[in-house]
Amino acid sequence: MSALADVGIVFGRVAFAMLFVVNVAAILGWVERKQSAIMQDRIGANRASIFGFRVLGLFHPIADAIKMLTKEDFMPARADRFLFQLAPFVSVFFGLVAFASIPFGDTLRVAGREIPLQAVTLNVGVLYVFAMLSLGVYGVMMAGWSSANNYALLGGQRAAALMISAEIAIGASIMGVVMWYGSLDLMDIVRGQGALLFGWIPKWGIVTQPLAFVIFVTAGIAATKRIPFDMPEGESEIIGYFIEYSGMKFGMFLMSDLVETTVIAGLTTSLFLGGWQVPYLVAEGFLFPWGAALPLPHLLVVLLQVGAFIVKVSAMIFFLMLVRWTLPRFRYDQAMRLGWLGLFPLSILNIVLTGLVLLLWGGRA
Amino acid sequence: MRVLQRFYLIEVMSGVALTAAHFFRNMSGHVRHSLGQKGARGAVTIQYPEERRPYSPRLRSLHRLVQREDGSPRCVACMMCETVCPAHCIYIVATEHPNPEIEKMPARFDIDVGKCVFCGYCVEACPEDAIRMDTGILEFASYSRRGMVYTKEALLALQPAGPDGRPQSTIPIPADREP
Repeated sequence: MSALADVGIVFGRVAFAMLFVVNVAAILGWVERKQSAIMQDRIGANRASIFGFRVLGLFHPIADAIKMLTKEDFMPARADRFLFQLAPFVSVFFGLVAFASIPFGDTLRVAGREIPLQAVTLNVGVLYVFAMLSLGVYGVMMAGWSSANNYALLGGQRAAALMISAEIAIGASIMGVVMWYGSLDLMDIVRGQGALLFGWIPKWGIVTQPLAFVIFVTAGIAATKRIPFDMPEGESEIIGYFIEYSGMKFGMFLMSDLVETTVIAGLTTSLFLGGWQVPYLVAEGFLFPWGAALPLPHLLVVLLQVGAFIVKVSAMIFFLMLVRWTLPRFRYDQAMRLGWLGLFPLSILNIVLTGLVLLLWGGRA
Repeated sequence: MRVLQRFYLIEVMSGVALTAAHFFRNMSGHVRHSLGQKGARGAVTIQYPEERRPYSPRLRSLHRLVQREDGSPRCVACMMCETVCPAHCIYIVATEHPNPEIEKMPARFDIDVGKCVFCGYCVEACPEDAIRMDTGILEFASYSRRGMVYTKEALLALQPAGPDGRPQSTIPIPADREP
């Protein structure tokens, strides 16, 4: 019985993380349409209806999915059959599994069990997420190569180059965070952000590592391959690595971009925005810096934490969308220059500065 | 470029602030509109088939033939409009009117809207005020050239636009299209 419960708990943890990403990514298509419309004084897609109910255009993702599933699944005659079929799955798979080690709540204590609210408890969580995000580009390269199309190949090459220049900056920028909180486990990093600086500022990553935050978000946007870093797609010049794809396989490439947006938002939340931390909320309830205390039951605390995580991820996604619909795209060489001559040296500088601060102020202040 | 612009980040932030300001202003407009404040608008969009931009009363839209009190056309088939029409899109066949006080009436009065240039000369030329272009109807697409020809019966059935410029009569469906 107990073993069954264990299996159920593991299943639940994985299901929550998995369904969270899938559903958020699915609804992001709608969010993107509506948010861009509202930013541009428009209304946005609102015509899809079921029995006359439009519900703010929420049926459009369903309509899109039906359209993509019923479209012809075309494959070019000279394409590499196996890799061409595999590429979209690789692309979307690694995006989905990357979310596994991002914690969405503190330890839940129910019926004598301690359940860490995290799909997989990994002591190298940060490395795992980046490994998965980097592997995602293989799907894009595969798609570019196997399509037997010069433009697709060009898109795949650009994706690889962009990914390398972005990943280096991402990896180097989070080193500062890892140094500060002294762990590669995302759960430990989030726990470390619960402490208070000077007794009243929550010690979130954005406070302790502001430079790393800017670098990480910039490189993270590049890693999602969306505007302003959409040179793998390059709508106005090469139409990208998925030029030969149609139907749901094309949809999977679109979805993998949105999944990556969700993952980057979740990662930014975990590393820099305090993850599931609510300011001044400790395991027993609220403990305000001016001395007031508000004890809360354990379940409510956990619920607040999960809610805070979801709110922060949503806010981060909102910000990423805002940037995507505000900035014009970089040219290929500009993106490369930004990655290698801008972000990478800055992230090295951030490591040096963090080391200096830690050295001067003694240990993990 | 100024030094600050070279850093790009500050320019990015100001751009994002601009679009975010638009987002929140429009979002509050949408929310207030859905809460019942009808004057509040979140978008400049006019949702066309349901909503229309108010048309000017001077708009030259689809023609109509004015009726007499007994329902027959006021037109006396004098051919003035057919003569003045620069596009030769009006085709009239005259016949005798049963009333001896009225000399003629059109047996056929076809307007090929596909040829019409909407100059309004026919309205100006008409001595009987029998043809007008005040229906407010602008939607007369069809799949064939035949479908663009409006006959006397169709033109007689049309009503003038309302005071807000909205068409009062239903938009006629061309003959080549199923209703």
